[in-house]
Amino acid sequence: MSDISSRGYANADKLVSTAWVAERLNDSSVRVVESNEDPLLYPSGHVPGAVEVDWVKDLNDPLRRDYLGKAGFEALASRIGITPETTVVFYGDKSNWWATYALWVFELFNHTNAKIMDGGRLKWAEEGRDLTREVPSISPTNYSAPERDDSRIRAFRDGVLAHTRAQGQLVDVRSPAEFSGEALHMEGYPQEGAVRGGHIPGASSCPWSRAANEDGTFKNAADLRAIYLDELGLDPGSPTIAYCRIGERSSHTWFVLTNLLGFSDVCNYDGSWTEWGNSVGLPIEK
Amino acid sequence: MAELPPKLQAYLDDFSFISTREERVDYLIALADEFQPVPASIATKPYDEAHRVIGCESEAFVWAIDREDGTVDFYFDVLNPQGLSAMAMSAILDQACSGAPLEQVAAINGEVVFTFFGKDISMGKGRGLTELLNAVVYQAKQRLRSD
Repeated sequence: MSDISSRGYANADKLVSTAWVAERLNDSSVRVVESNEDPLLYPSGHVPGAVEVDWVKDLNDPLRRDYLGKAGFEALASRIGITPETTVVFYGDKSNWWATYALWVFELFNHTNAKIMDGGRLKWAEEGRDLTREVPSISPTNYSAPERDDSRIRAFRDGVLAHTRAQGQLVDVRSPAEFSGEALHMEGYPQEGAVRGGHIPGASSCPWSRAANEDGTFKNAADLRAIYLDELGLDPGSPTIAYCRIGERSSHTWFVLTNLLGFSDVCNYDGSWTEWGNSVGLPIEK
Repeated sequence: MAELPPKLQAYLDDFSFISTREERVDYLIALADEFQPVPASIATKPYDEAHRVIGCESEAFVWAIDREDGTVDFYFDVLNPQGLSAMAMSAILDQACSGAPLEQVAAINGEVVFTFFGKDISMGKGRGLTELLNAVVYQAKQRLRSD
């Protein structure tokens, strides 16, 4: 894959290479964070100096279906030793699904100095770079965060309903079978409780993985434009909402549209199909 | 109802004493470290797709080779280098089910996956690991039916 700077991205500085990370392992202004679906991966070996942020126990409220609040984020950010000025570089498994999810949550708290390591954990490992089981000793900071801002990059059910009635842009990043209603969940994943199949009216189908190369890196801007602009007909200047099943796959697409293609107003609907497909009275297309 | 293979029961007993996520993770990683992929004498890449575990994202494969005593040796491979959970599960199943009475292997219930990996395991992992177990149980049940 070519240098990130030559791929034509709108915000190329949101994406860094494995080499960029390798050169900054001892840079105190950079904190490398691993975020995976599989909780065994980080303890089995991670980028030297990297800390772990777990999508279940660190990012989600333990009781309600919601993300952590201001106090929880401050505690998390302090535990991983960052300040608002720290450059946080996320990477993880599954082509950086969970890394983009974590980055999106951090941006809800306006920690926008955050980047993704292109190719994620697999690329780092396959390049033969060091992995360690040593958990770094981190000096906690005293991070002061703003209240979580859900207004800018997060969509809720009522907002999505209004958006679809106004014929706004919606991208369904689930599999084609989930989009069509043939399947209620991702292939290989169990039924997760959605009682209706289909998609939100007006949504375009574009599985998240189309934005990624086989090695987990992101496609270049020309290839991404061919998918999202030419094929789907999305307007980068119009409000856009991405959704999937619980908001994890769509955070990957949110990252692509926002940072790689420069869409001006993209929200991730994390309630996604597990909320929409279970809600009484909401419109559904098949 | 048939008893479980003794080695599997021993693992279940071990895991029943685990009280923290860290202990569970450490134990599972130690098991993943013990994972041995299928030897070349049994199968070589590219593997026959008939041995692929459908629904396992870690690209697990299972082989069942009959022993003269009527039991079975199970062999595994996990092609995804990040498939540590599948490797740990394969190590458990290899040690617990190879050479065990088929009735005991056939009696293993999918719930054991959650005893080993915890109830907060992600859906994808839970499904994949259950399918890996099912592939082993299926082989035992097939042989019992044909007896």
